[in-house]
Amino acid sequence: MSDLQTPLKRVRGLGSAKHGTHHFIVQRITALALIPLSIWIVFVALALMHADYAHARAMLHHPFAAVWLAAFVVAAFWHAQLGLQVVIEDYVHTRWLELAAQLAVKFFCFVGALTCVFAIVRIALA
Amino acid sequence: MPQSARPLSPHLGIYKWQLTMTLSIVHRATGIALAAGTVLLIWALLSLSNGPEAYAHVQAFCASAPGMVLLFGWSWSLCYHLCNGIRHLAWDSGWGFEIPRAYLTGWSVVVVSIVMTLAIWGCVVARAGMS
Repeated sequence: MSDLQTPLKRVRGLGSAKHGTHHFIVQRITALALIPLSIWIVFVALALMHADYAHARAMLHHPFAAVWLAAFVVAAFWHAQLGLQVVIEDYVHTRWLELAAQLAVKFFCFVGALTCVFAIVRIALA
Repeated sequence: MPQSARPLSPHLGIYKWQLTMTLSIVHRATGIALAAGTVLLIWALLSLSNGPEAYAHVQAFCASAPGMVLLFGWSWSLCYHLCNGIRHLAWDSGWGFEIPRAYLTGWSVVVVSIVMTLAIWGCVVARAGMS
């Protein structure tokens, strides 16, 4: 069918289509968000390492902790997906393998983030 | 496997090994390691929401030797990726591309990430000693 299309028609929808910088920008926005969030998460992890079950639950039961932990989880999985996407684009050159890897990473990050948020809400509302 | 036999541009093997390329490779490697580390995050949060029995498995794993090694690796990966990520954000704003500055910030990332990691594990050891 391509011979029925003008060159302009063919090229439309390919290339950046005005979204070329979207990946770059979202990667930077999530990176910026993760600077304070990941520093905070280190302190949370340090506190959790020496807490028993009841203490750990009580810590994450606090609304402040629950909301910021959920924010960390969303930003972290989003940033991970964007980063792994570039790694796969750079190193996996077999088309079907690349597609499978990209889908696997997207599904893992999406379900991972959902699972964490579900657990956080469950702890916060218990 | 490349799908075509096009000539390739010069790759890693042809360049002199340098700090800047090492840091770039390590940035990727730590990013991949941290992405893998989210499995522990998912497991820990889900177990914490499930109950004390499930959470006890996470605690036992974190206290085990392989668990400690992984936690140590992930803590350094996080510190490194955080510091070098800030370096990347500075580059994105156009700052720090001069060769001496790129090396200065590069070595700073190495030193600061190691100091941060040692500080984290210093806290762990100190608190373990108190209890």
